[in-house]
Formats: sequence, structure tokens, C-alpha cells
Amino acid sequence: MGVTTAGAIAGADKDVLARNLSDELADKGFLLTSTDDLINWARTGSLMWMTFGLACCAVEMMQASMPRYDIERFGIAPRASPRQSDVMIVAGTLTNKMAPALRKVYDQMPEPRYVISMGSCANGGGYYHYSYSVVRGCDRVVPVDIYVPGCPPTAEALVYGLLQLQRKIRRTGTIVR
Amino acid sequence: MSDALIELGEMIASNRSDEVDGHGVANGELTVFTTGSGLHALVQYLQENPACAFTTLIDITAVDFPQRETRFEVVYHFLSMRQNHRVRVKLSCGEDDVIPSINDIHPSANWFEREVFDMYGILFSGHPDLRRILTDYGFRGYPLRKDFPTTGYTEVRYDETAKRVVYEPVSLVQEYRTFDFMSPWEGADYILPGDEKQGTS
Repeated sequence: MGVTTAGAIAGADKDVLARNLSDELADKGFLLTSTDDLINWARTGSLMWMTFGLACCAVEMMQASMPRYDIERFGIAPRASPRQSDVMIVAGTLTNKMAPALRKVYDQMPEPRYVISMGSCANGGGYYHYSYSVVRGCDRVVPVDIYVPGCPPTAEALVYGLLQLQRKIRRTGTIVR
Repeated sequence: MSDALIELGEMIASNRSDEVDGHGVANGELTVFTTGSGLHALVQYLQENPACAFTTLIDITAVDFPQRETRFEVVYHFLSMRQNHRVRVKLSCGEDDVIPSINDIHPSANWFEREVFDMYGILFSGHPDLRRILTDYGFRGYPLRKDFPTTGYTEVRYDETAKRVVYEPVSLVQEYRTFDFMSPWEGADYILPGDEKQGTS
């Protein structure tokens, strides 16, 4: 036994890194990077999410963008128009009647586009799996990138899902998806 | 409260004996039974009589009793703001019966009657716009009837080649489960998996 320090190892000092970077920028007036990294950085840093609130999950989705969790600090901002958004959060029960509308909104989004399925109902029908009027999972209608489980998921879970999506974007190719 | 309701029920029944088909007070709530032909006049009377003054329509719904001769029971709830009391009006109707709409007396009945039509397939005569209100466009069947399967008949999927959402017959990935809510340790009338080996050894 004894005191372990495994979890307490300090990483690189981000403040020093940022200061060096800023000094370099101030000195030379330019930075060198690859286009790939730059595009990735831009994409993950400005994910505009299409508000597609369908049920109670929408309340948690709103909560995620409110001051407590404030996803705008990750550059993730709500955008009411599908033409100007990058990610669609399907928050709630997708009914048969709504399915064509959801697909239409998805088709209107510009490439590259991502979909987060939020909550049990959107993931696989959930509580309404055997219902006559509910789509058994929104992946029957649109391709889904991230599934956030829960009924409803907490705002924190959604924030985690969004960070996972950023990670996915960073790890997959940018020019060809 | 209950005495006043009994009195009110008797007053309605004696004044409108042609339209009222019985009444009763249960759990402090007054129920008046009527017939399809008498409904319109009775609702008119309930609204206009100063002792009743049921000016607010709370809800219209129906109940399906498959074992009955006339399988549906249509239920109306009214509220009197002025007299501070409520009444429930019931009438039974068969599958092919047409019920008079009360849309001209209570305009709020419009969507309620559409909903009853949507869910049970009960027709209302004199309704200005009797079409489905909640279910999908082109939906078939009446979901709240007891003989309607819970999962319905169709499900939707996006078809990549047709580039649109298509309807298909339901195919469940996981079979529909029926729960008997009975403890397997006491009173279950089926043999638990593994228990059939009990007598053989």
C-alpha cells in the first residue's frame, strides 16, 4: 500500500503552450499547420446543431445550452435553420407522421452533416417500441453517428455525446467522409 | 354536494323524460344516460337551463365494449362554471350508428369529435369537417378499438433507392411479450424452465 500518484501526473502546461504559440504568432505573424488539421479544428469548433425537439428530451437539450452546461463554450450553438446547421439532435419520440418531415429536414442540411440520436425513443422506440404510431429507432430514417442513452438523458449525457461527436470528427477524415 | 347532484339529476330526468334514459350518482359524480336521437336536445337543454348552465364542454371520448350488442359508449363531460357542478352524459352506439354532432352548440366539440372518429371510427352527422386528426396520413384502422393490434399494421423506413420514406408491413425484431404479472414462485400454473426434470431422477 501507499500513496499512488498514477492519476495525478500533470500533463503539458496548456497555458505555457498557448503563450508560446501566441508569442510565435506575434513574432512571425503566421502559423504553419496542415489543411486537414485546420479544417478539423474549424469543424469541431463550430458545430451548429439543428433543434429537432420532439418530446421531453428537448427540455434536456435546451438545458444543455443553458448557462449551467453551456455547450456554447465548445462552439456548439443552436441554429433553427437546417440549411446552416451541421449536426441534428433528434430529441424525443419519432412518430410515423413525423418521419418524412425529419428526413426532409435532414436532406436540407449541407454536407458534412451529423446526427445525434438522443434518448431511448429515438434510439430504438424505447417505451413506445410496440406502438402502432412510433418509428422503432430514428436510424430507420436517418443515419445516426452518436446514440445517447437515457430516458431522458441528462444534459450532461448529451454534452458527453457532443464531445464524442467532436472526437469522431477529429478521428475520421475531413475531405472524404 | 351529493344531495344537490341527486336533485339535479332528478330535475333533468323529469324535465327531459323523452331524452334521458336513466341517471345516477356514483362517487359524487352525476351521470345521465341518453340516446342518439335525444343527445342534441339534451345538450341544448343542459346549456340553456339556468339551473344547469353547463356552458363548458370538457371532453368527448368513447369506450369500446366488444362483448356488448352496441359496442361503443360515447361519453361527454360538461362543466357549469356558474353553478359549480359537473355532469357526464353517456350514450351507447353500435358500429354503424351515426351520432348527431354538438358542434353547433359547443364549437369546441369540433376537434373532440374528430378525435373520437379517428380513434374509434364513430361517425358524427352534421360535423363540418370530419376527418382524422391525430394518426398518420392515410392511416387505416381505428387504434383504440379493442380488436386493433397494439403494433398496428404498417411501419416506416427510409428507402435509399426510392429516396423517400416507405410504408411496410410490421415485422418485429423482438416478439411482442405478454406479461401475466404472476410470481413464478407462487401460484403460477405453468412449469418453470428446468422444473420438468424434477420427477424423472
